Amino acid sequence: MEMIELSIDNKLVSVQKGTTILKAARKVGIDIPTLCHMELHNMSIENKPGSCRVCVVEVDGRRNLAPACVTEVAPGMVVNTHTARVLNARKTIVELLISDHPYDCLVCAKSGNCELQSIAHKFGIRRIHFKGEKSTYRKDTSPSIIRDVDKCIMCRRCEMICNEVQTVGALSAVNRGFISVVAPAFEMDLEHSPCTYCGQCVSVCPTGALTEVDSTHKVLLSLMDKSKTVIVQTAPSVRAALGEEFGLPPGTLVTGKMVAALRRMGFDYVFDTDFAADLTIMEEGTELLGRLRAHLAGESNAKLPILTSCCPGWVNFLEYNFPDLLHIPSTAKSPQQMFGAIAKTYFADQIGVKRQDLVVVSMMPCLAKKYECQRDEFKVNGNPDVDFSMTTRELADFIKQSNIDFLNLPDEEFDNPLGESTGAGVIFGNTGGVIEAACRTAYELYTGKKLETIEFENLRGTEGIRSAKLDFDGLTLNIGIAHGLSNARRLLGDVRAGKSNYHAIEIMACTGGCIAGGGQPYHHGNSEILRKRRDAIYSEDKGKIIRKSHENPYILKLYKDFLGQACGHKSHELLHTVYHDKSNNEVTIHHD
Amino acid sequence: MVPKLMCDDDMVDIYSVPSGDKDSLKVTIKLSKEKIETINRICASFENNPEELINVLHETQNTLGYLPAEVQEIIAHNLKISSAHVYGVVTFYSYFTMVPKGDYPISVCMGTACYVRGAEKILEELKKELKIGIGETTPDQRFSISCLRCVGACGLAPVLMVGEKVYGRVSPDDVKKILNEYREDNEDCKCQQL
Repeated sequence: MEMIELSIDNKLVSVQKGTTILKAARKVGIDIPTLCHMELHNMSIENKPGSCRVCVVEVDGRRNLAPACVTEVAPGMVVNTHTARVLNARKTIVELLISDHPYDCLVCAKSGNCELQSIAHKFGIRRIHFKGEKSTYRKDTSPSIIRDVDKCIMCRRCEMICNEVQTVGALSAVNRGFISVVAPAFEMDLEHSPCTYCGQCVSVCPTGALTEVDSTHKVLLSLMDKSKTVIVQTAPSVRAALGEEFGLPPGTLVTGKMVAALRRMGFDYVFDTDFAADLTIMEEGTELLGRLRAHLAGESNAKLPILTSCCPGWVNFLEYNFPDLLHIPSTAKSPQQMFGAIAKTYFADQIGVKRQDLVVVSMMPCLAKKYECQRDEFKVNGNPDVDFSMTTRELADFIKQSNIDFLNLPDEEFDNPLGESTGAGVIFGNTGGVIEAACRTAYELYTGKKLETIEFENLRGTEGIRSAKLDFDGLTLNIGIAHGLSNARRLLGDVRAGKSNYHAIEIMACTGGCIAGGGQPYHHGNSEILRKRRDAIYSEDKGKIIRKSHENPYILKLYKDFLGQACGHKSHELLHTVYHDKSNNEVTIHHD
Repeated sequence: MVPKLMCDDDMVDIYSVPSGDKDSLKVTIKLSKEKIETINRICASFENNPEELINVLHETQNTLGYLPAEVQEIIAHNLKISSAHVYGVVTFYSYFTMVPKGDYPISVCMGTACYVRGAEKILEELKKELKIGIGETTPDQRFSISCLRCVGACGLAPVLMVGEKVYGRVSPDDVKKILNEYREDNEDCKCQQL
């Protein structure tokens, strides 16, 4: 590879041909501020539309300043990154961006996490010299995501992640010049677009243009209502990321403090979605074995591969894009919904509370969960199994609003009976985790033998598509894993074409799995944070005494006292669901 | 989102949407079997290659006159790209239109020479006379107004075009006279010349 030598701030730099000034500068520790630029190493994606111009630098011999993120280095180039001219230009650029931005930082959901706000602060902008028209656009509220395009700076990160990483194709830049916006086709609402609510667009939006629907106030009102019993469930990935919002290093597990905080906030029972994850494994694992046995017996209607169904973003994607494959996912509900179904029947009976007086709140790393709990399939006479789903970010804000000194809380334990979980339930948060948990159980149920090594290392990893062969006592099981919806699309394309020989496939909408969900604390492009969360999840599993779902004593009791057998009649009624063809969705054309 | 393209009768529902929402126009869009086949044929002539999107859009607009939402949906479906992407391209280029142009599309040149010689006043007069805005079509589908940048006849500024015919050194007073040439009740209607 040809090397190029240049000077940046009087430092001699040697980089490969084709490198941008921005990357060359970073290589020698020179920071150039950016706004639209974002590099996501875990997805091998670099967003550099060169649209914000905040990264301009001075290049000797060039009349104009050059945007560092899209200008390639040249031999003998002399670059200066912080001359007075550069600083003045950057300041003007940010002022211009803000001149077409609402000044509502005080009440903006993104305040404190906004990259535009922090760059304005960093540049010491105290006054906007440019007065003029502001572009305005209607607010678009969906079950999960709010689009407030007035705050958009056209960095195009959302468009990049929606189209390239997720291949959802819900968003595109439309129109041009002052009136250009990022919007769904025909500027219809997100709700009527193919959006899966994976929330990856929200997790990369630098401003408050894309945020989640905030349920905090509704939950607060439920907690105030003395006639209601309010219970909460927490997803595995929340405990591995919540600490970041309180200044703890990424990867710090805060399970005990999270439980303590929720108890102090007034939740009557603090339960664990991991319990429902164990239940999911019982149902999904049993279904897998049933379909596998039918396949081995040569039954013509045996449907393989079986796909995991815990991820609501992925389920939405399937319903939009693969309506011909709706029969292959497991019919098992997601852990969030299994929890709700059991809480509002089994548990409500146990404590003698009527269904409508029990409020179930879930703390999730996910935005699609907000949509999922509103689906009609998960309601009984209009009453949802899960009333409100909140993100890790909302939970952190809620704890802060409650004036709880989170860092000094003691570690507390979940309540029972829906709080006991195994290590298998915990690893649902990582890509490969659900299928590993399922295999821990399926292996023992199928072979009747004890698993010698609990960790299935060959199912772990970060590759977008992975495959592994597992030896089930002479039977070779082909497992496929995909995370990130573009990878899911590729794998599903093979299944559709009959080119796949997998028995079971795990799919997660977000790259990395739930630990990188759209509702997690903002990573601001630092994928190292995701790796630490992943390690935290595996270490929580390692620390558990029971690590296989079918050994969870409260799960066994639930089947003995209430459900009967896995995939039995009662299970089917409460814990399984159906999928719908959404490919022919409505289109609304807005004129305003 | 993939539109269903099954054709068992003449008119095919691509998608039907209830009407009545106050801040949005909801429409049931129907396309004839022939139109769907025309679009399919155009896409196929470019081998359904997504990189040929602009050419496909050009050809389709030349054939159908405009590019309404359902046409874009079918193109997206054939080229295996998102309809958001197709819509993004259609709205980016001012040449593409989502509303049908009139039988006599009027273009006002807003290039520098025409602009300084009063193109804006001509545009205002047109809007007043036809009671429509830029990019709109009269209810009788006869006229539509659009703006363009420079037709290369700066010496004749200000310039407007009706169809392919160029009118030069137009004054606001001339507007009514020009329109009358194309109005239905005019015996000397110049439609044949277009």
